[in-house]
Amino acid sequence: MPLDVMIVDDSAAIRKILQRVLMQAEIPLGKVIEAGDGAEALQALQANKVNLILSDINMPNMDGLQLLSAIRSNPETQTIPVVMITTEGGSTKVMEAVSLGASGYVRKPFTADQIKEKLNGLY
Amino acid sequence: MQHDQLVEMIRKATTEVFETMLATTLACGNPYVDDSAPGPQDGVVSLIGLAGPWVGSGMLACKAETARRISGLLLMQDFSAVDEDVLDAVGEVTNMIFGNVKTLIEELIGPMGLSIPTVIFGRNFSTRSLGRGQWTVVPFHLEGGEFDVHLCLTLAPQPQSAAPRPQSIAVL
Repeated sequence: MPLDVMIVDDSAAIRKILQRVLMQAEIPLGKVIEAGDGAEALQALQANKVNLILSDINMPNMDGLQLLSAIRSNPETQTIPVVMITTEGGSTKVMEAVSLGASGYVRKPFTADQIKEKLNGLY
Repeated sequence: MQHDQLVEMIRKATTEVFETMLATTLACGNPYVDDSAPGPQDGVVSLIGLAGPWVGSGMLACKAETARRISGLLLMQDFSAVDEDVLDAVGEVTNMIFGNVKTLIEELIGPMGLSIPTVIFGRNFSTRSLGRGQWTVVPFHLEGGEFDVHLCLTLAPQPQSAAPRPQSIAVL
């Protein structure tokens, strides 16, 4: 079954890089939906079902932690794996993401292999 | 926080970002201390605020050609002009560099906050920090350009209410 993925990051560059990594990964990739912040992501989730979400933490309007909290509190989205991809390496924000139900996190800068490894077992 | 400590943090964070995300090896120039933010210049400046027990600003400054080169390496494509994609890419590189610097600083002094970067492109502009701290400046060279990473940190007067010091930009 194709894997539909949402990428949430306020940087278009990072969204593009992650999309490239996903396309190169040996996964049955379906559609890739992009969002520039948490609010955009929640809006897109109302119209699209996805199997996996990759999200930054520090974003304007609605950050990744608020997005994660909203996803986990909605019965329709609460089981979607969410991987945080962030510069917040080892900080309190990462701990908070884990306690909110993040499926994992990858620290920026990242390699394609680190992303692929993190996705193993999540789909 | 000592100048030498900050230099090592900047070097470590910057080389890691460029090696991992841009597949590029950097040569480090001689670091120095500046009493003020950069004077009048042309090109791209990306600013980011740090807050916590220490507060201040980080900055990546380069010529337009270098900004295009950095963006091209990050996104694996050529850029003929400094457009929105280039500014976004330089902002994200700045975010990753100072995100890593922040992580290294946190090992010494505890939790810090990082703002979202602001990127400016233009001619004959100068930057000024309203803080009184000195700037640690580390030059870097890559194939096809050079850039400087600047960091100014001062002890926060009140740790609980610390916020990034405002920056001002003046077009001369």
